[in-house]
Amino acid sequence: MEDYYAHIKDSHLRKRKFTSSLMIFLCIIAALAAVLPLVYIFFYTTAAGASALNIDFFTELPKPVGETGGGMANAIAGTLTLVGLGSIIGIPVGIMAGIYINEYSGNITANAIKFVTDVLAGVPSIIIGIFAYGVLVIPMQRFSALAGGFALGILMIPTITRITEEMLKLVPQTLREASLALGIPRWKTTVLIVLKTASGGIITGILLAIARAAGETAPLLFTSFGNNYWAESLDGPMASIPVQIFNYAISPYEEWHRKAWAGAFVLITLIFIISLAVRFVTRKKYG
Amino acid sequence: MFTDSAPSRLLTGWSFIITNEWEPVKENFGALSFIYGTVVSSLIALVIALPVSIGVAVFLSEIAPSIIKTTVSFLVEILAAIPSIIYGFWGIFVLAPFLRTDIQPVLQSYLGFLPFFKGNPIGFGLLAAGIILAIMVIPIITAITRDVLNAIPVSQREAAYALGATRWEAIKMALLNAKSGILGATILGLGRAVGETMAVTMLIGNKAQISLSLFEPAYTMASVIANEFAEASGRIHLSALIEVGLVLFGVTFIINSFARILIYSFTRKTERR
Repeated sequence: MEDYYAHIKDSHLRKRKFTSSLMIFLCIIAALAAVLPLVYIFFYTTAAGASALNIDFFTELPKPVGETGGGMANAIAGTLTLVGLGSIIGIPVGIMAGIYINEYSGNITANAIKFVTDVLAGVPSIIIGIFAYGVLVIPMQRFSALAGGFALGILMIPTITRITEEMLKLVPQTLREASLALGIPRWKTTVLIVLKTASGGIITGILLAIARAAGETAPLLFTSFGNNYWAESLDGPMASIPVQIFNYAISPYEEWHRKAWAGAFVLITLIFIISLAVRFVTRKKYG
Repeated sequence: MFTDSAPSRLLTGWSFIITNEWEPVKENFGALSFIYGTVVSSLIALVIALPVSIGVAVFLSEIAPSIIKTTVSFLVEILAAIPSIIYGFWGIFVLAPFLRTDIQPVLQSYLGFLPFFKGNPIGFGLLAAGIILAIMVIPIITAITRDVLNAIPVSQREAAYALGATRWEAIKMALLNAKSGILGATILGLGRAVGETMAVTMLIGNKAQISLSLFEPAYTMASVIANEFAEASGRIHLSALIEVGLVLFGVTFIINSFARILIYSFTRKTERR
C-alpha cells in the first residue's frame, strides 16, 4: 500500500518538475526570440547602411533619380533644426509641469496631471501631427518647419514631465527644509537647490525625449512635409531624415534604397549612442 | 479636430463608421475597412506579443542572473527606442520577402483550407503588419510586466517554495497575482499598436478592403491618414481624414485611460500591502 502511493507521488513529482523545466526553458526561448529581431535589424542596417555611407552623404543635397552620388545634408540639418525647435517647446514645458506636480500642486491636481500626461504619452504621434496641422498649418496656409517642431515638442512633453517628477521625488525633503530655513525664497529653493540636485536625472529624460523625437516620422509628414533643397526659412517646408527614409524606402529605385539605409544607419547609431550615454549616466549616479 | 471634421460628419453621419466605401473622387467616405484593418492587425500583434513578453518578463525578473538581466533589459529598451520608420523599412526588405517565400506557402499548403490563409502570398498584408507590430509592442508589455512582477513581495515566492512548489509553480503564483497589472500592460501595448503608423503603412499593403485572409493587403486608420493627408483632394476629403483621426484618437484615449487605471490600482494595492 505504502509503495503504491510512493509510486504515484514519484511520477507526479517528476511530471511537475518536468513542467517546471519546460516552462523555464520556454521563457528563455522567449527572451532569445525578443532579442533576435533587434540584433537582426541592427546588423542588417549596419551592413546595408555603412556601405552606402560616405562624406557626400553628410555634405551633399539629394540628387534626382539616375544620377549617382548626392546625400542627405539638408535632411540632417532639418532633423537637427526640428528637434531643436521641439526642444525649445518641450523641455521648458515638460520640466515646469514636472516641478509643478512634485513641488507645488495638491494631491488631486498632481494625480490628474499625471494621468493626463500618461494618456498623452499614449496618443498616436500621427494624431499630434493632425493637431499641429490644425493649429499651425491651416492658419499659415503652408507646410512649415515650425509646425513640425511644434508637433515634436508636444511629443517630448510627457517623457520629460514624468522623469522630472520622478527625479524630484528622490531629492530629500530635508534639503528643501534646510534651504527654506536659511531664508531662501521658495522659487530660489526650487531652482537652485532642488532642480540642481536632480539635474543628472532630468538630463537623462531630455536625452530620451530627444532620441524619440529624432526618429518620429508620422507627425512630420504633413507638418514640416519634406524638401529636396535647403529650407529657406522656418515657415517653409523642411526635410528630415525619417521622412526622407520613408520617401526613399517606398520608391522603386535601388540607388534611393541605399541612401535610405544609410539614413537609417545614421538614425540608429544616434539612438544607440544616446541610450548608452543614458545608461552610463544613470548607472554612475543611482547604481 | 472636432470642428475641422464637421463637413465630413455632416455629410456622412454615422454611416462613416459602418460602411466601407472609400472613394475620395466621388466623395464617398466610409471608414469601416480602416477600422477593421486596425483591429485585426493589432489583435495579431497581441496574440504573438503577449506570450513572448510574459516569457521575457519572467525570465528577467525570476530566472536570469544579474549580468544577463542588465544586458537583456538594455537590449529590450533599445528595441523600444528604434524609430518605427526603421522597423517598416526592415519589414519591406527582410520580413515581407521572407513571409512571401518561406512562411506563407507553408501555411497555405497545410492550413490553406482555413479562410485566414487564402489568397495570394504576396508578403505584404495583415500578417506582415501584425508581426512587425508584435516586435514593436513586446518591449512595452515586457517592461511593465517585469515591474509588476518585481512589485510582488519575495516572501510570497518563498512561501510557495516552502510548501514544496517547483520553480514554475512559484512563478505561476506570482503571475496569477500580477494578473491585473499584466492586463494593463497588454492594453497599453494594444494602444501603441492601434496608433502605430509608419511601420504599418509600409507593410500592410494599403488597400481599403475587408477580407478574412491574413495574406490580403488592408488599410489602417493611421496609415490612411499618413498616406492621403498631405495630398487630400478638397475640403471634404481632408475633413473625412480628420474624422478618421478623431475616431483613432477616441479609441486610443479610451484604451490608454483604461490601461492606466488598471496599472495605478494594481500598484496602489501592492503598496498598501
